[in-house]
Amino acid sequence: MPKAQLFITCLGDQFYTSTLQNMTHILERLGVELIFPPEQTCCGQPLFNNGFEDKTRPVALNFMHAFAKSDAPIIGPSGSCVSMVKHHYPSLFKEGTPEHTLAVDISSRTFEFTEYLVNVLKVTDVGAVYSHKVSYHASCHYLREMGLKTEAKTLLNCVKGLEFVSLKEEETCCGFGGAFTVTYPEVSRSMMENKVKDIVASGADTVVMCEPGCLMNVAGGLHKAGSKIRAMHIIDLLASREDTL
Amino acid sequence: MTHEVPTYIGFEEYSERVPASIPSAVQQATNRFVSGRAARVSELPQWEELRQIGSDIRLHTIEHMDVYLTRLEEKVKAAGGHVHWAQTAEDANRIVLQIAREHNVKTAVKSKSMATEEIGLNHALEQAGIQAIETDLGEYIIQLAGTGPSHIIVPAVHLKKEEIAAIFSEKLDMNAPADPIELARIAREVLREKFLNAEMGISGGNFLVAETGTLVMVTNEGNGRMCTTVPDLHVAVVGIDKVIPDWESLTVFLKLLARSATGQKLSTYTQFITGPRCEEGEFGPKEFHLVLLDNGRSNVLKDPVGREVFKCIRCGACANVCPVYKNVGGFAYGWFISGPIGAILSPQMLGTKTARELPYASTLCGACADVCPVKIPIPTILRHLRRRVAQGDAIALPTMPAPIRVTASLASLALTQNWIYRFGTRLLPTLMSVFRRDNWVPSAPYPLSRWTKARPLPPFTAGFRNWWKNVRSAKTKESAR
Repeated sequence: MPKAQLFITCLGDQFYTSTLQNMTHILERLGVELIFPPEQTCCGQPLFNNGFEDKTRPVALNFMHAFAKSDAPIIGPSGSCVSMVKHHYPSLFKEGTPEHTLAVDISSRTFEFTEYLVNVLKVTDVGAVYSHKVSYHASCHYLREMGLKTEAKTLLNCVKGLEFVSLKEEETCCGFGGAFTVTYPEVSRSMMENKVKDIVASGADTVVMCEPGCLMNVAGGLHKAGSKIRAMHIIDLLASREDTL
Repeated sequence: MTHEVPTYIGFEEYSERVPASIPSAVQQATNRFVSGRAARVSELPQWEELRQIGSDIRLHTIEHMDVYLTRLEEKVKAAGGHVHWAQTAEDANRIVLQIAREHNVKTAVKSKSMATEEIGLNHALEQAGIQAIETDLGEYIIQLAGTGPSHIIVPAVHLKKEEIAAIFSEKLDMNAPADPIELARIAREVLREKFLNAEMGISGGNFLVAETGTLVMVTNEGNGRMCTTVPDLHVAVVGIDKVIPDWESLTVFLKLLARSATGQKLSTYTQFITGPRCEEGEFGPKEFHLVLLDNGRSNVLKDPVGREVFKCIRCGACANVCPVYKNVGGFAYGWFISGPIGAILSPQMLGTKTARELPYASTLCGACADVCPVKIPIPTILRHLRRRVAQGDAIALPTMPAPIRVTASLASLALTQNWIYRFGTRLLPTLMSVFRRDNWVPSAPYPLSRWTKARPLPPFTAGFRNWWKNVRSAKTKESAR
């Protein structure tokens, strides 16, 4: 029985309880034995991306110690947070130090949720049913830092009843960018509004993505625009067994 | 944004008052470049390999710039040209002015050059009573309008044809129609006479080939050739970062540049200028001067991370794909160079006191790095410069306002001390429930108000930990029984 550790991310923790529950259900249904280290807080990305590398280090150490108690893979519902751990943690510590060794170890076994499903468990059909017209927003770090170009679409492709429609600008940033939303709110707004327009124009009734941050931004933007289009984390879509949503 | 070097670049302040016409004009033009580039790139199976070679050559040149610049100087002189070294913008302006005075120049025609925008040469010439006329159509338009460029290769990208017609009508005292062909015809007519009467031609340069001392210019309108062949005097002002080792390297960059910039295989004109004309009857000016501009570049070269900015070949592809640039336009970046490359160049050239906002003018989406023909790791350099701003480094002290630095320290503490984080997680849903309306928080107190001014916030639920501990483990125990 494969084991995995749940990396719930701070945004998931604060805002997306049901997504995390669905992540638990899907993984357990696939026979994964789950561990949840409660000492985890945030991966430190907001500090790191805003230039506070010194202040990121203790946060990263907290994360690594929380997940070092088990040698099981670490699975997170966010390409961005996973990329922080996978690609940036090793750069935070000097080579040759025990912290660096630990960072490299943690980095090597941290996976984004869809990546873990498709590339590690080799599962593409999770038995989901969702009879809707669905479009997909490719989140930046998921796409470019993690290089996950096909995983989400492969999973969507296996969902029964689902009709996929492409966004014209699938790979254009939605304007989230973490602290960017509050640093330059007007620019973030324009970018988000462009994304919302593109989603509306696609004719889909659902837009799906693999990132809590983008989801907060896009869902809020759609709501503000008075749109009925549902923005979802891919996990919630994959968890729907019947068309009851 | 005119000739002056900014003392503070207020990106945020500008971003709140972007003229409504700018994003649509910019998006229309840049989208065309993006699809053109994609089409040319897809035709070239060895594109990724070329990018890597281009990047390697540029990095090599950066690391051995002294060698190549010395060779370049030698070769330019051997070809009969004059070489001048300008430490600062003022030095460069003074050198050009002196050459102009020595030749009794009254009118100078200019081809498009970012280096002369950088040093504010037009202003310096005008102050000295010398008329400097931009002859690239886009540059001519913005010169008439009295602004700087808003894009590296399309300086007037922010203007629509109606606005250009209005500028022509006002400045040229005529009734110009909003028709691109007609507007170009008017400009040609005005400029033709200037070409014939100017005593000096001023240009920039895309590359300097050290091997032979050759100035390479990549242009589309033919005005560059006019500027550098009709007048008897040609002065080129070029940044020291434009030097490349040899002609073999040049072939790589010529393949990369036009494809990345305009989606052309090759630009309409590619000029190779090696010294002045040697014999009567040959084309070209009698005198050729090359002004090599440092203006802070040597200092930036000392930083092993930041200096990769000088791999840039000024194609503008990063701006064309940048969602931030496309929504604010080039003036938001406050200096002659805009877009992602401006966001990593200006803070290094002007310092992080003046340009501390620019490294943050990005969502770190990475689209720029994907298209950069010489693989400049723009997001990495943005983060590097953010570190300089936030916590300071060997090059500069921190310039981030103190309240933000204190907030970051507190956040770091809260995220490290598990009990504080969990206490906050329990507290927030309760605290925020006051602002909750149904399934949304439509407006929240500062600093979250900066989020909710654009879209509502989802409510804080923070129920997973509790669910895992109580509900789920109870179920698991039950099923185990």
